[in-house]
Amino acid sequence: MTADVRSLPIGCHDCDLALRVPRIEHGVAPRCPRCGTVVRHRKPRSIARCWAFVIAAAICYVPANLYPAMTVVSLGNAQSDTILSGVIYLLSHGLWPLALIVFVASVVVPLAKLVALVYLLISVQARSRWRPADRTRLYRLTEAIGRWSMVDIYVITILVALVSLGNLATVEAEPGAVFFGAMVVLTLLAAEAFDPRLIWDRADLQDG
Amino acid sequence: MNSRLIVCRDCALLNRIAHLPRGGSARCPRCGALLARGVFDSIDRTLAFSLAGLSLFLVANAFPFLAMRMQGLITETTLLTSVWALYEQKRLLVAGLVLLTAVAAPLLYLLLLIYVLAPLRFGLHAPGVIPCFRLLRRVQAWSMVEVFMIGVLVALVKLADMAQIVPGIALWAFALLIPVMAAATSSLDSELVWDRIGRPA
Repeated sequence: MTADVRSLPIGCHDCDLALRVPRIEHGVAPRCPRCGTVVRHRKPRSIARCWAFVIAAAICYVPANLYPAMTVVSLGNAQSDTILSGVIYLLSHGLWPLALIVFVASVVVPLAKLVALVYLLISVQARSRWRPADRTRLYRLTEAIGRWSMVDIYVITILVALVSLGNLATVEAEPGAVFFGAMVVLTLLAAEAFDPRLIWDRADLQDG
Repeated sequence: MNSRLIVCRDCALLNRIAHLPRGGSARCPRCGALLARGVFDSIDRTLAFSLAGLSLFLVANAFPFLAMRMQGLITETTLLTSVWALYEQKRLLVAGLVLLTAVAAPLLYLLLLIYVLAPLRFGLHAPGVIPCFRLLRRVQAWSMVEVFMIGVLVALVKLADMAQIVPGIALWAFALLIPVMAAATSSLDSELVWDRIGRPA
């Protein structure tokens, strides 16, 4: 990829100014004349950083789903719920639209995001030429949906605040919520670390 | 600025974009990414939406967004007392995450927009305008008021069979804040702002 990609114009990563930098010397950091950001061809160490965040997020995914996320103590009765049993609770109360929202946001989205990023990483590392436009769209989708996983964190926060102020019942945030929050942040960082331009570096070679 | 060069953020293709009509947008022909939008009166509009957003944000944080009535007891909660309740349960990471995404990031986003655009509107440059405007895009990614709103709705339904829930003023302010912030974002023409910043005041 080196020679061809480096002769192409660069968009400043911060302000999008189109720049033509003949060659970036080692140890010399040219800066964007408009915003002062260090000019780079691609996000630095994008693949390694993205893998690191993806693996860390995958590790957190397990305790996030196995540990209870919150405990409701009501009149001496304590009931703990994991993310998934919270969904089942909603279903058993006939609130299936809500159950669907929580299931998609908390279970499907993080998993789909991790699978998509692993696929994108492997396809870039394997120098795939297969449908780069669709893979770029997959990346944009991955980036856009990640934030919706935060729904459960907010639900727990609100329940804790509203119910723990009363005397008859309390709600406690449990370790599952902590792992879940960490997992969401790690998937957001993973998507941010990935550089979709890498998908095209192989295709550019083909065109040129 | 009749025509300008834009390198696509997603696939690095170099595009030449002609002047865009109001409401028009340009997409990358290769990967479909949004390259630019034709916004009329971008700075004034974005500034107006940001100021409206800031007022709504203050209301959303100053008043309780939900109150719960259970056996004669009323408890109510604001955004900050929710974060405080998590903090008291020693869930620092979760408390920090909620504080960042529902309070700090949206507030900083609106303040940065106003700080950069208000002087620019009168042809002046705020001190440190360049790092502030660079920061804006990073802050935006962590502002999740619309997700918080869905969280409130889910919590509301969950609690409905346990106690009587009364939505507060802050909830309505929040509901309005979402489209106002989206409007501020979509009326911002970053290229125009960078162009203005680049010119000597």
